[in-house]
Amino acid sequence: MNWDDSMPMVSIKDVHKAFGDLEVLKGVSMDIKKGEVVCIIGPSGSGKSTLIRCINALNDIQQGSILVEGQEVNDPNLDKLELRKKVGMVFQQYNLFPHKTALENVMMAPIRVLKQSKAEVEKTARALIKKVRLEGKEDSYPGELSGGQQQRVAIARSLAMNPDVMLFDEVTAALDPETVNEVLQTIKDLAEEGMTCILVTHEMNFAREVADHIYFTDRGVIVEHGSPTNFFDEAKDPRTKEFLSQIL
Amino acid sequence: MESFFEWFKLLYDNTGINLPFLYDSYDRDRMWNGFLMTIKLSVVALFFSIIIGIIGAWLQNSPLKWTRRIVNGYIQIFRNTPPLVQLYFFYFAIGALLPKVSNGYGGEVPILGGFAWAAISLSFFAGAFNVEIFRSGMEAVPKSTTEAAEALGFSRLQIYKDITLPLAFRVVLPALNNNLVNLVKTTTLAYAIAVPEMLYESNQIWSDNVNVTEMMIFLLLAYFFLVGILVWGMNRWERSLKIPGFGT
Ligand SMILES: Nc1ncnc2c1ncn2[C@@H]1O[C@H](COP(=O)(O)OP(=O)(O)O)[C@@H](O)[C@H]1O
Ligand SMILES: [Mg+2]
Repeated sequence: MNWDDSMPMVSIKDVHKAFGDLEVLKGVSMDIKKGEVVCIIGPSGSGKSTLIRCINALNDIQQGSILVEGQEVNDPNLDKLELRKKVGMVFQQYNLFPHKTALENVMMAPIRVLKQSKAEVEKTARALIKKVRLEGKEDSYPGELSGGQQQRVAIARSLAMNPDVMLFDEVTAALDPETVNEVLQTIKDLAEEGMTCILVTHEMNFAREVADHIYFTDRGVIVEHGSPTNFFDEAKDPRTKEFLSQIL
Repeated sequence: MESFFEWFKLLYDNTGINLPFLYDSYDRDRMWNGFLMTIKLSVVALFFSIIIGIIGAWLQNSPLKWTRRIVNGYIQIFRNTPPLVQLYFFYFAIGALLPKVSNGYGGEVPILGGFAWAAISLSFFAGAFNVEIFRSGMEAVPKSTTEAAEALGFSRLQIYKDITLPLAFRVVLPALNNNLVNLVKTTTLAYAIAVPEMLYESNQIWSDNVNVTEMMIFLLLAYFFLVGILVWGMNRWERSLKIPGFGT
């Protein structure tokens, strides 16, 4: 199938996923267009992480379809490398490589996976470190950086692969309150540059500000979705209202 | 130098403390060659036992059940039998099965000599422990770290080589240190198949000179010195691998 960017960049249709007997996703569908920023919110355990991990095949799915730029993820012959070149992912716990400096963390994948030349990669890596406002921290090891700084290195590391879509899974949930904003600002910059983003977040103000579309999930289904204004001000479903009343 | 050696001759004449491997050039050569042989055997076996450890730990994570079983079987056999019996097994049982080659004087010699068998046997012996050591180190590497690499497009082998192994290595250095010290001490078993290492040559010397006490004291000190150098080197290595903000 030929994909062009008038079609959804990520198209999720009726996805079902279970861990053993535990059904975690029970028919989830959503489309994300190029340049769109989508926020997924919902109570803990509702399957947000699982959904986002399915998009880059860290989890497999039992039923349904996930197309990333027209490439079917639910395919036993999936070329995972091709998929992962398109999809960047940032985790809650940063997951930097502790034995590599910030700069090396950013440089590693383009050198090893894309086989780009070291000199070329170093130039883009330094630019990315600057972009996430960490100039001067190039040679620090992850253990020497604050949580917010580590998370920004993780974002730069992901961007170094030049992905078309970025997945963020509660990337500020483990941070000290004073460093949350620096990370959110970095993501906001990215969104404004037109990066396609799928975010799981509990930062409601942030979601309201940057999201084009918000999905509310509960117990493996999408309960409700809409534009931020629709969603925050005119939520209809009692589960959404309940959740919003607790969190706002 | 000559007067230094002469002094030990005087020592013998005046006190009866007999150290012929110092004043007698023939015994000196024997001792020196034995010392070099011990070092050679140690280095070769250290090297291959580490290689076996690294490959074995990788194979232990293989998706193929039989690969894992074979590796586990190997570990069980080599951990639960005496290394001397292993050495005899290699030298006498396997060695006898191999074809012989002409020695150039019309006779025939085994294709592998005592040194080769000692090196092979000791490598497998220490390697079995090294597999276990490396595996425990790999278990200490968080799944989330390797998952981040996976999401960046790293292959399984790249993850092992670039992430898991370097991190595991740092965790297991103290245990590895222990095992390698053991290995150096176990090289004395090669005596049993007449590999002319330090213990074997010492035996030759005390048989000729009837100075068992002196030789025993010397041997003890010589191994103490040898193992001391290894421990010192490993500790330096351990320090040089230390990463700021990582580990204890
Ligand atoms: N690898 C796994 N094995 C078994 N159960 C899992 C696994 N990952 C997640 N789950 C379960 O799936 C459910 C949804 O988890 P998750 O997607 O992490 O929710 P959320 O991110 O919305 O908090 C939870 O009940 C969780 O315990
Ligand atoms: Mg989650």
